[in-house]
Amino acid sequence: MTAASPDVVAPGRVFLALLRRDIHVARRELAAFLVRTTLQPILFVVVFGYLLPRMGFVQKGYTSALLPGILGISLALSSIQSVALPMVTDFGWTREIEDRLLAPVPVYLIAIEKVVAGVLQGFIAALFVLPIARLIMGPIESLSIQHFGTVFLVIVLGSASFSALGLLLGTMISPQQIGLMFGVIIAPMIFFGCAYYPWRGLDAVPVMKYAVLINPLVYVAEGMRGALTPDLPHMPLRYVTGALALLTTLFLTLGMRSFEKRAIG
Amino acid sequence: MILAPIIATRALRKIYPGSKPGRSLFGGGLALPGAPGMTPRSPTDVVALEGLDLEVAAGEFFGLLGPNGAGKTTTLDILTTRTRPTSGTALIDGADVVRESVRVKQRIGVVPQRPNPDRSLTAIENLLFHAAYFGISKSVALTRARELLAMLGIATRETARVPELSGGQQQRLMIARALIHQPSVLFLDEPTVGLDPQARLALWEILRKLHAEGRTIVMTTHYMEEADRLCDRLAIVDHGRLLAIDTPANLKARAPGGTLLELTLDGDAGGCAGPAGHLPGVLRVETSRELLRVFARRGEEVIAQLIKIVDQAGRTVTNIHLAPPSLETLFISLTGRKLE
Repeated sequence: MTAASPDVVAPGRVFLALLRRDIHVARRELAAFLVRTTLQPILFVVVFGYLLPRMGFVQKGYTSALLPGILGISLALSSIQSVALPMVTDFGWTREIEDRLLAPVPVYLIAIEKVVAGVLQGFIAALFVLPIARLIMGPIESLSIQHFGTVFLVIVLGSASFSALGLLLGTMISPQQIGLMFGVIIAPMIFFGCAYYPWRGLDAVPVMKYAVLINPLVYVAEGMRGALTPDLPHMPLRYVTGALALLTTLFLTLGMRSFEKRAIG
Repeated sequence: MILAPIIATRALRKIYPGSKPGRSLFGGGLALPGAPGMTPRSPTDVVALEGLDLEVAAGEFFGLLGPNGAGKTTTLDILTTRTRPTSGTALIDGADVVRESVRVKQRIGVVPQRPNPDRSLTAIENLLFHAAYFGISKSVALTRARELLAMLGIATRETARVPELSGGQQQRLMIARALIHQPSVLFLDEPTVGLDPQARLALWEILRKLHAEGRTIVMTTHYMEEADRLCDRLAIVDHGRLLAIDTPANLKARAPGGTLLELTLDGDAGGCAGPAGHLPGVLRVETSRELLRVFARRGEEVIAQLIKIVDQAGRTVTNIHLAPPSLETLFISLTGRKLE
């Protein structure tokens, strides 16, 4: 830097300002955000965690397998949507993100900030859904909150992978294709994400058991099971964390590359 | 050659690959990555810039004038780090727009062609957050933001959400945003498009004031009058090439002498060129399909004779356009087409 040139701001400071903006906007839109991202999992809890057990259609212990999955879905919907949806309109239509692209930091840092903001929003959604689900389902067999650290770790890694996926989707999808994103990517991800059934249950269909391993929700749901209902069958935590770290890295690398391409034509 | 220019471009080229820009996940087709420096030349490629050399001095009000699609916005996008050049270099205050984009961004303010304020924020929040992105403390930012809103005449709209602002107010907000971090160069892309005449004049006043304060301003426009009235120096671009660069006065002096008469006929004008060229006082004649273009010393005197020539050629004049020597006549003589 030459003496005549204005000082370049510390990237960390810019990063925090970007994050503060996203938190400011999220706080203003909190109610809408929570309805958009947690209503679906809560409705599912009502049907599968409350109505069906009462009708006797599902076994009593089903709620124990369901709760961790529901948290995973809340995390997926909130993190993916909070990153991808604004980005799709930003890049595809309004170019509102431009004032942040002009901030004096490398463009990839703006992409990372979006992912961090998505992680925070995933956290809020999960924390919001957990007590509600517990309330609707009533007492859950073998539920334990002793492994708080593990819950925390799975939420962080899980929402990081979903937010990074949101970054990738948000930079690759045009505004007209948003509906398609839900139908073709998010819906299958939720249904084949071992959220409504434990992964072990797929022993019955081996092909599917291995095919679903590309889905981050599988690891989040299984990790949550390991943390919340450790007595029930679940995937070992080291596989869960390893796979989530790997998927996060993969989505983040591709997402950042795609973000840069969209940001700088 | 300008000593220590604040903006300098060398052989700047930009080629957009033929497939539609912006990839999409479903059915959009992935764009193939082009190697840097390579010149992809498929028939569908769009050449936006073809070797542009420009220099702008500090404190200058510089205009890029050209019709739509001339390469003005691409030039501006490259200078403001928002588009990567295919080849060539561009420096802002000595910093390379590709390799040192962070340093460049620190020095520039950008007013985009279409206002793109952060719609989730209020007017003043737009300014405060933008200032925060540049590491400006909140108290300083608040003072500056209020000053800018007052200067731009939108102080009463401070707490309005963006959708409540009119188009003109949003445009002013964009100017305030571009200035809040006190950049050394201000870029404006067609800033008066879509503004009513009153708002346009108000914006001119603001730009003049900013210029008087010593700021370097680079503006694209396709309005001759705007370029003529505001800019110290103008570059006329078309098809990605620099056609002329000079002060408006010198450019006007370079315009082919006399008045431009443009006659639109009801058919091909080719047969009229010869006789028109022999009329006294006519300096130059061009035809293009049904268009007959004549540069003449005393235009008014030639009109009647030109109409007669057209009549004799068995054609009828459907429209006449007269333009005194101006940037417009120069532009037409350089490019063979009108600006708008």
